[in-house]
Amino acid sequence: MSTIVQPVPRSVGRQIGRTALDWIPAVAVFAIGIGAWQGIVVAFHIQEFLLPKPTAIGHAFWTQKSVLWSQGIYTFKEALGGYALGSGLGILVALLFAAWRPLAGAFMPYAVAANAIPIIAFAPIMNNWFGLLNPFSKMAIAGVLCFFPVMINTLRGLTSVHPSSIELMQSYAAGRLSVFRRVRIPNALPHIFTGLKVATVLSMIGAIVGEYFGGPIEALGVKILNDSSYGNFTDAWAGIVMASLLGIVFYAVVALAERLTTSWHPSARAFHTE
Amino acid sequence: MNAVSLKGVSKQFNAGVTALDGIDLDVEPGEFVSLIGPSGCGKSTLLRIIGDLTKPTAGTVQVNGKPAERARRDHEYGIVFQDAVLYDWRTVAKNISLPLELLRWSRTRRNARVKDMMELVELTGFESHHPWQLSGGMQQRVSIARALSFSPTLLLMDEPFGALDEMTRERLNSELLRIWQETSSTVVFVTHSIPEAVFLSTRVVVMSARPGRVAGLVDVDLPQPRTSATREEPRFFELVTRVREQLAAAGAPLGETQEPALVEEPL
Repeated sequence: MSTIVQPVPRSVGRQIGRTALDWIPAVAVFAIGIGAWQGIVVAFHIQEFLLPKPTAIGHAFWTQKSVLWSQGIYTFKEALGGYALGSGLGILVALLFAAWRPLAGAFMPYAVAANAIPIIAFAPIMNNWFGLLNPFSKMAIAGVLCFFPVMINTLRGLTSVHPSSIELMQSYAAGRLSVFRRVRIPNALPHIFTGLKVATVLSMIGAIVGEYFGGPIEALGVKILNDSSYGNFTDAWAGIVMASLLGIVFYAVVALAERLTTSWHPSARAFHTE
Repeated sequence: MNAVSLKGVSKQFNAGVTALDGIDLDVEPGEFVSLIGPSGCGKSTLLRIIGDLTKPTAGTVQVNGKPAERARRDHEYGIVFQDAVLYDWRTVAKNISLPLELLRWSRTRRNARVKDMMELVELTGFESHHPWQLSGGMQQRVSIARALSFSPTLLLMDEPFGALDEMTRERLNSELLRIWQETSSTVVFVTHSIPEAVFLSTRVVVMSARPGRVAGLVDVDLPQPRTSATREEPRFFELVTRVREQLAAAGAPLGETQEPALVEEPL
């Protein structure tokens, strides 16, 4: 029999990320956006307390960079703690639900209902429970925000397995644990990462909103709130930029982890071949 | 001892539909038996019953003298579905070694067997590829290699080439016969295609639909090894005609015994 297709060597570089060329449109959009912002503010004489110029925000960011950094890291640690707690619990609960369907039947409606409550409204209550200055009060809010998207995506990944994939394992007389380890969990990985990526940004939002309801002066959310109250809007914007940068980096790190652990996924096809 | 022994096997689904009604069938070791019949004759269900993936509502199933469930637990059979059912997160080599992992073979022994299997299905060089990087025909060969990797005595194949184009299908037919002879396993093969059933089998089981019954048996006395020349022999056409007539006698509308329309449509 003739084998026409030859094995194709794959480049590792293309597996990891886009090439520089692929980034040009995104960078162009950024430059045009910032330029338009600056132009509009200058052209229409928009007051600084309404919308500061990007150059002014940049200047404020640069002069306060060390304090912004330390405040950012303080808040980021809260977000990270909440992220680990909420996502970890989300994955664990999804595993339990997938392993034992009656459990999912009993608890799922309440998980959905709880998710419909504006959880940020619980921020003052968390501060009350765990203490205004205790980072755990912010971790709790971030964790609650992260839990649901991670849980629901993981559960979908664990359960949306093609029936014949399971039957094949049955034909090998594989046990339940083996089916989880070898089929359900790998099948769920892309879904888990979808949840984990959404949760990165949610954890930052949770931590900062928690800080709006009171927190130590070392925290970024408290800084943004104080700057706004004293009318230092340019400084507040610089704080927002720091929060966004940390959120973006957090997201990118998780996205990179996804790329590395699920490079087998057909969606990585573009990175494998021409 | 028979490789497969079915006595009075019936299957009713919950809705009250009788999929199979009183199937008696014995398959001897080393036989290549095809199950053919119209859609809804329960041939896939019968294959799944032999493989203990579905329980019959009545009757007994013995594989190598054991109840089907015992045979499954003893890894007596390998199964190949219409879809290759390869795991995307595993490379080709790791897909093939999956059953060996479950059988707790050592890594060295696994690697040696995977190498042999890659040679058997002529895919050497593709070990570290992922399934979706292969063509449909290559994927199905990986699936066959995986089913054979642990040397099961019985190979169950459910329309394994149904989704492939005619040329790939004929090539894989010849390849399957070569593998069957090299491994001296017993094969139970479900198909929609009359020429495929005749070309591959030592015996064709013709089934009728609603309820699924054995309507007739056709012994295929074409000499081995079979080659593409076999498909042009008068005896081949006689046997194809015989199977077709039996299907017609069993009440199968002739159009239905062909490929599913989905596959026939030009892309």
